[in-house]
Amino acid sequence: MTTPALNVNNLRKTYGNGVEALKGISLTVEPGDFYALLGPNGAGKSTLIGILSSLVNSTSGDAEIFGVSIHKHRSEAMRLIGLVPQELNFNQFEKPFDICVNQAGFYGIGRAEASLRAEKYLKELRLWDKAHGQARTLSGGMKRRLMIARAMMNEPKLLILDEPTAGVDIEIRRSMWQFVSGINAAGTTVILTTHYLEEAEQLCRNIAIIDQGRIVQNTSMKSLLATLDVETFVLDVPSAPGVLPVLPGVVLRTLDDHTIEAEMSRSHDLNSLFAALSSHGVTVTSMRNKSNRLEELFVRLVEHGRENAA
Amino acid sequence: MSAATNLVALNTIVRREIARILRIWTQTLIPPAITMTLYFVIFGKLIGSRIGLMHGFTYMQYIVPGLVMMSIITNSYGNISSSFFGAKFGRFVEEMLVSPMSNWVILLGYVTGAVTRGVIVGALVLVIALFFTDLHVAHPIITFLSVVLGATVFSLAGFVNAVFAKKFDDIALVPTFVLTPLTYLGGVFYSVDLLGEPWHTISLANPILYMVNAFRFGVLGVSDVPIVTAFIVMLVFVVGLSGIALRLLSRGVGLRS
Repeated sequence: MTTPALNVNNLRKTYGNGVEALKGISLTVEPGDFYALLGPNGAGKSTLIGILSSLVNSTSGDAEIFGVSIHKHRSEAMRLIGLVPQELNFNQFEKPFDICVNQAGFYGIGRAEASLRAEKYLKELRLWDKAHGQARTLSGGMKRRLMIARAMMNEPKLLILDEPTAGVDIEIRRSMWQFVSGINAAGTTVILTTHYLEEAEQLCRNIAIIDQGRIVQNTSMKSLLATLDVETFVLDVPSAPGVLPVLPGVVLRTLDDHTIEAEMSRSHDLNSLFAALSSHGVTVTSMRNKSNRLEELFVRLVEHGRENAA
Repeated sequence: MSAATNLVALNTIVRREIARILRIWTQTLIPPAITMTLYFVIFGKLIGSRIGLMHGFTYMQYIVPGLVMMSIITNSYGNISSSFFGAKFGRFVEEMLVSPMSNWVILLGYVTGAVTRGVIVGALVLVIALFFTDLHVAHPIITFLSVVLGATVFSLAGFVNAVFAKKFDDIALVPTFVLTPLTYLGGVFYSVDLLGEPWHTISLANPILYMVNAFRFGVLGVSDVPIVTAFIVMLVFVVGLSGIALRLLSRGVGLRS
């Protein structure tokens, strides 16, 4: 049996103001996984990540990084982690190269090796031409990539990314995911929190949804998406549709002269829908999901969890 | 972490601190040099020429060790409090907190940086003093030890201040309302032997008095207090403040929520 990359056991956190951010979280992440940790704002994701990276003191419970307790052997556990935090947290007046080399130094990596790694990761993240200017002159996307390069300096076995693409344009976001997917393929376990759920759906193999300090879902991405029993499609039509067909298990609505919405069970096949529309003289020029599948599940699970809690 | 990796981490903090001191040299090195030059001109040259000998030395010679020590103390304190609070404020202190580095390495790194600035400024002020008077160091080892210990005491105090500080005003309060009065009343400009009771006894409760006099003994060979007592006082402060600073780091006060 392999040692989990992360094993969180009944972790609790109550802040000084009485806010109970984590109410006994337990989860396991297997080595090599690309794991999504999702939840609405204030769910407790950043508190959990803060505890794992020793920026937040837990109230009770423990967590192990590759079998090493973050409480009993903090130093050894921290050596295994790389953290890309949500907020910018580097000295804006330092140079990206120095920021990376210094970070390696904090992990006891000598300057010669640190310089090689800084060059490697700054180049891979397309920041090398900015390596020797002040970090404050970097764009928002570059600053995010710098934090990824910095987190890679100790070549961690577990990389935690806390909303790394917030406010980043699509092109840079894609290049970031290309890089992170690459290091995951090379063996680094990745834990990701993001509000872009299509990213989580595309990248992650397993998922935990956390809300109000509790895990409301913890399963594989495939299993979770398989639980989605109803999907809603948006169909584009060239002209105003007349009377729409009636099909069992399908709800059709005309949104405007060029758009129809079809809400249907996943067991229903699309061929019969198109055949029925065709027989009513409706031509479909294109179609798409109304919302991301994971997004639909996410909203349902969080709402369901809150109803149960109430 | 092993001793070798701790040494690398320590070296990293010290290099970063020294780089910061040199990067903003117009804020860290030049102002104390200008201020002390004014002290030498006004107190040493203009007023001092009207004052007689003090412990067998001219007034200018007598105040030089005090002013050098005053520069060392204020700059060590100011360096660590602004640098560590700046790291907290800019959140890049987290770079160290998430690393495997031990707390004592963080503390020692920042203290070494602050002592370095104190020593650089002290040396600058000493060189400026040589334009105004002749000086011969009577006891080099005592001079060196008093500089290092005095700077260490106030580096540690500045670190504790920065840990508790929530805004920049908080790191300015202690220098303004505690450090400056204690320095001026710590025998920089006069011998406490000149004071009557109860002021003489009250002055003995001022830790800066012992640092100034230890350094003055090192340079001039004269002191208002027994030199052994002065070193014991400094060592007690070093041990006590180190303990407090390490306890604060261990509990994460002001750093970990």
